[in-house]
Amino acid sequence: MSSKMVGSNNLAHARRMVQQLRVEASIERIKVSKASADLMRYCGENAKYDPLLMGIPASENPFKDKKPCTIL
Amino acid sequence: MGEMEQMKKEAEALKTQIEAARKAVHDTDMASAAAGVAPAPQVQLKTRKTLKGHLAKIYAMHWSTDNRLMVSASQDGKLLIWDSHSGNKVNAVPLKSSWVMTCAYAPSGNLVASGGLDNMCTVYNLKTPVIKTVKELDAHTGYLSCARFLSDTEILTASGDTTCALWDLETGKQKTVFLNHVGDCMCLSLSPDMNSFVSGACDSLAKLWDVRDGQCKQTFQGHTSDINAISFIPSGNAIITGSDDCTCKMYDIRADQEVICYQDAALNSGVTSLALSTSGRLIFAGYDDFNCNIWDSLKGEKVGVLSGHDNRVSCTGVPEDGMCVCTGSWDSFLKIWN
Repeated sequence: MSSKMVGSNNLAHARRMVQQLRVEASIERIKVSKASADLMRYCGENAKYDPLLMGIPASENPFKDKKPCTIL
Repeated sequence: MGEMEQMKKEAEALKTQIEAARKAVHDTDMASAAAGVAPAPQVQLKTRKTLKGHLAKIYAMHWSTDNRLMVSASQDGKLLIWDSHSGNKVNAVPLKSSWVMTCAYAPSGNLVASGGLDNMCTVYNLKTPVIKTVKELDAHTGYLSCARFLSDTEILTASGDTTCALWDLETGKQKTVFLNHVGDCMCLSLSPDMNSFVSGACDSLAKLWDVRDGQCKQTFQGHTSDINAISFIPSGNAIITGSDDCTCKMYDIRADQEVICYQDAALNSGVTSLALSTSGRLIFAGYDDFNCNIWDSLKGEKVGVLSGHDNRVSCTGVPEDGMCVCTGSWDSFLKIWN
């Protein structure tokens, strides 16, 4: 590989990196306080539908092995 | 000034600009903002099922969208399809290569995929009378670390060759290649609206990509080692990552930065896998120390632990209805907890 080819590869790479950084620099950012508030609201609204958070009654738990009944 | 020098200068200026922009919106962090939120309850889950059948380390598992079936992959050279309610094996798929690292269930339930050190993603049809290989996706030049179906016609892969790819399952060809990571890609997670995905890599970065145009939109820094696990939170506005640096982090997409770090001085094992409960409040993170720790995503506190495996927890998954969490381990067992 000639050193000229290596040189132009490095330049192409540098150009791509700058182009990528331009894309990433150009986005709009919201305040972390707003982002946090939105996340807290989402968790709050959905908490009651979250079985692992709320717990699952034994009768509604498809994974719980049913205990055998003993007939006395 | 040569163009190379100019490029270097502009790159430095842009990096400084990005850091300044992030700082400008950093008016708090998640834990401080959530100080007034009631703590999540201490979570004590019991093992409801132990799925025995694999003969070697389990590397991956994935739930079907029916909340009942799941697929697991082991280096015993098999994919097993389980009925999680009964604990029975429904299907076994023998793999051409036993060095499997990932498996995936298509949303339709018709297909599963696997891949690993063979550098390929193999797709199988579960609905034909005998399970058939329908495609071998062969273009990556490194191991396949993760695969996720968008539908029966498209799949996303992450590879040790530092790229991710979107494949057309009808032609077997790559439609889009996602180039930007400088380390092995280890994991990926599709956004709830399926328009974007995030990848985690050994360059310690997480990146957000547009599925359709292949563009890397954002890069998230902070980890100091390989990112092994990544997941969108259900709202689609933030991601959780797990790393060999023994921490998990939440990055908010719209604030473009880390907002909380889940760490504990007593924890010095890498994070291998993670899954979230349906509200996003609980993070189930599997570690090399054989445990799965449960974190309160808003407050950053540990609220429980799943202990029971005799080796590294390599994979974790919560089904869509959120009714349980499944852990898979190098001890060759899968456990269902709730």
